[in-house]
Order: sequence, then structure tokens, then C-alpha cells
Amino acid sequence: MNTLIVISVLPIVLLYLGLYKMQKALLPVTVIGLLVALGLAVAKWQDAAFAAPEYHGMILFNQFSIAFSAVAIVLTILILLLSKGYFEKISDHIAEYYAIILFSLAGIIVMVSYYNLTMLFIGIEIMSVSLYILAGIKKNDFASNEAALKYFLMGAFSTGFLLFGFTLVYGSTGSFALEGIQKWVLDHNQMPPMLCTGVILILVGLCFKVGVAPFHFWTPDVYEGSPALITAFMSTVSKTASFAAFLRLFSICFPLISNIWSPALVIVAILTLFIGNITALYQQSFKRMLAYSSISHAGYLLFAIVGLGASSANTIFVYATAYSIASIVAFGALILVTQSTGSDSFDSFNGLGKKNPFLALVVTIAMLSLAGIPLTAGFIGKFFTFNLIMRKYLILLAIVAVINAIISIFYYFRVIVAMYFRGEEREEIVVPPYYVFVLGFAALATIVIGVYPQLINGLI
Amino acid sequence: MSTIQSVPLNAYILLSSVIFSIGVIGVLVRRNAIVIFMSVELMLNAVNLLLTAFSVYLGDASGQVFVFFIMALAAAEVAIGLAIIVMIYRNTNSIDINVLNRLKW
Repeated sequence: MNTLIVISVLPIVLLYLGLYKMQKALLPVTVIGLLVALGLAVAKWQDAAFAAPEYHGMILFNQFSIAFSAVAIVLTILILLLSKGYFEKISDHIAEYYAIILFSLAGIIVMVSYYNLTMLFIGIEIMSVSLYILAGIKKNDFASNEAALKYFLMGAFSTGFLLFGFTLVYGSTGSFALEGIQKWVLDHNQMPPMLCTGVILILVGLCFKVGVAPFHFWTPDVYEGSPALITAFMSTVSKTASFAAFLRLFSICFPLISNIWSPALVIVAILTLFIGNITALYQQSFKRMLAYSSISHAGYLLFAIVGLGASSANTIFVYATAYSIASIVAFGALILVTQSTGSDSFDSFNGLGKKNPFLALVVTIAMLSLAGIPLTAGFIGKFFTFNLIMRKYLILLAIVAVINAIISIFYYFRVIVAMYFRGEEREEIVVPPYYVFVLGFAALATIVIGVYPQLINGLI
Repeated sequence: MSTIQSVPLNAYILLSSVIFSIGVIGVLVRRNAIVIFMSVELMLNAVNLLLTAFSVYLGDASGQVFVFFIMALAAAEVAIGLAIIVMIYRNTNSIDINVLNRLKW
């Protein structure tokens, strides 16, 4: 639990650094602090196999929590390294940006280790409130304003549903503790309609949060309008954490009443895949394509909850890791290309293969991974999700998933085609060393996980 | 028997559901950002009312503690939300959400 304490104290230290004008120290202090937090989390790994709920049953920091915390922290470090020189262009007061990102990360740590609905609510709110601010950090940019307001209104709206669901579950089971709810569900044969309504409302609230169809309409606008770096954070770290929280709630409390929520979730997953992929086909903007692609990946991640079982946590872990590292490469490249050409359309990638072979190579690896081509991490993730639903004999869902995987290849390959086969005179993009490190590391990790999946498979 | 318990539980559930639905409808049909915002608060307060009623009927204090958490976090959300609305107003001189149509397709 020291991880959470370190990540909560770190932003306050950063705010002081900002106060005393030590801008240069911000990034090193953040990265060192996060590495300490990561070390503290990983050091508990052996003990965590027998972890007991702490703080009056509010938090359970088991291996599941450690694995997802570690992924969230590593991804945040990668994204923060990309921020070198990024925030300075927006404002002089950059300490606040680092601080708010870390506060959001603190909320995420709570979300992956909660053991009581109160903590889930608090975690989601800490994360979301920070993200509302981050979405609007470009104060004079209209798209950023619009993204912030849309995200805020939709977030608050969905919180309402989530809370009403919590209340109805509390009213019927008499407890907010996950253990208490689990015990009540085990002890009773007949589920009262109030509990069922509560579960469905929680489902709606969480579907809003993770951005799956038909509750996805805010996602593309918010992802497109927010600054690219923040979009990278929202679509990787916060999405991974939301799915971890989603899975923890449903796998502990409601596995026995899956007949209530499972059919709804199957329909949601199918809708999400089709809407995400087909709309992504028509995008001209690379950033908006990534937003729709994140919706469709949320659809695949939902499979792990539809096919709820012992391997669901592992599936979400592998898939979310693979998706996140590939997305970070895509967003990193997008930031560089947008800075040099001023546009985020597919055409701005034309001819990149000749001028910037390294950048083109890592983007190619990321796109192959997102499309789920073998020997990349994305393939392993897709393999696990498909495996999970086949075990539940959800043949229809598997067919839909395969069709959608094929559709997705079209739009991911558009980028590759633009980079290598659309010759166009362009300036060579200067790739800063931080970017080389992050993009190279993420691309390498994608390949390594794709070839040796046992590195992260089976951890939880 | 407390004053709250002199009204049957179903009445509270019904009342809260109605208030919650009014809030949802408000969010969906109103075009003014502040009114939408008030509708969201209405949804949260319906939840608070229901939590209190459940808490009394179950004889369990955790429901009322949850209400405090909701109030505190709703206050934080209000602070952020109003700041965002002020930021939009400065740029567009309007808080009608129909001006939010630049990002599409």
C-alpha cells in the first residue's frame, strides 16, 4: 500500500518544485518517484499471494492489483517521458500538469485495489476529475475546451448511474463490501428485482466509463479534442484501470448471477466492435482513427468479462498491456508528425518511410500489433480473448470478432501504406532522444511479448 | 421507530427513482450547460436520499457515510465543472452546448 502513499505524496512535492521554479527537476523527480512506487509494489509480490483486506476491508492489494498497478506506473512513466518539452508549449506552469497526471494515477491505483464500493467510487472520481482538467489544459484551443466539457458532463452523468446502481445493491444486500455482497448473493437463491436493476445500472455506468457502444459517443470527440499526450494517457492507462476495476467487481460479486448481465454485455460487445471498426474505416484523421480503434479494442476487452472465468484477469492484463504499449508508440509518432506538419490526417504520414526509417518502423510494428498480426503482442492478446469466449461456446461472438479483426486491418494498414508507398517530398522529422527511447522500448516490448508471451502470461 | 421509518421504504425508492429520472431527462433534453449540471446534481441527490433511507431501514451506518463521500466528491466535481464552463464562456460567450459541434465524424 506504500505505492499509493508514494504516488499521492509525489504530486505535492512536484507542486513545491514548481513553486520554487525548479522546472528542470520535475521530470527526473517524477520518474524516480514512480520507479520507487513501482519497486515498492513489485517487492510485495510474494506476500501478495496471501494478501488480506487492509484498512477495515477497504483495500485488497493482491497480485492482481500489483500487476495492474505496475502496468499503469510503467505506462505513465513512458507517457511522461514523451512530455519532455510538450507542456512548455502550452503554459509556463508545468508542475501542475505533472501533479495532476500523478493524482490521476493515484486514483487508478485505488481503482485496481479496492475491496469496497466506496473505494471504487472514490478511485473513479479521483481519476476522472483529474482527467477533466487534463482534457482542457489548452485553455485557448476550442477543441480542447469542447473535449473537457463533453468529458465532464458525460463523466458526471455516468457517475450518477453508477451511484444509483451501488445504492440499489446496497439496499438489497446491506453491504458495500465486496465480500458482503458476494456472501449475500451466495446465500440467496431468489434475486430481488432491486438487485438486478442495481447490477444493470452499475453495468451502464461502467460501460460509459470504459467507452463502449452504445455509450461510446463521447469517446471520439474527447480523444480528438484533448492534447495528444493526454489522449494517450486516457486511452491507455485509464482504460486499462477501468477494465481492471470492472472485472474485479463482476468477478467477485456477481459471477453467480451472470444470467442477468451477461446477455446485455454480449450485445454491447458486438455493437462496440462493429461501430468502432466500421466508423474507424471512414476517418481521415489519424487521431480520430485511434479513438475509434480504442473503442473497438474496448470491445475485445469486454470479451474477458463476458467469458468470466479464472483466466479473465490474465486475459485483460495481456490484452491491455499489448494494446497500451502499441498505442503509446502511435501517439508518440502522432505528436512528432503533428508538430512537423501541423496536421493529424493520414496524409501527413506520407513518405515517412524514406525520411524517417526508424519512426516508420516503430509505427509499423505498433500498427501490426494493434491489428493483431502474429509475432506481435497484439496477436497474443487477441488469441487469449478469442480462447476465452470459445471456452464458453460463444461461437457467434467469435465469428463477429474475427470479421472485425479483418476490418481493422484495413485502417491500420492505411498508415503503413501511407508511410511506405505514398512518395512525397517532406522534411525529415527530428526525433528527440527521449522519443527514441520510449518508441524503441515500446516497439521492442511489443515484439518480445509477441515472441515470448510467457514473460507476462500467467502472472495473475 | 424513527421519523424516517414512519414512511414505508417503497415510498423512498419510488421518490428517489422519480427524482433520478427527472435528472436524467434534464441532462438529455436541456441545452444549457449549467442546467445540465444542475440535473446531474439532482441525480446525485436522489442517490443520497435513497442511501439515507436504506441506511436507516437496514440499521447500518455505512450508507450514511457513503452520502458524505458523495457530497464531498460532488463538490469537487462542481468546482472543476464550473471552471470548465467559465473557460468555455470566455472563448465563446455562450454556455449553450449547441456551440460544441466542432468535433464531429
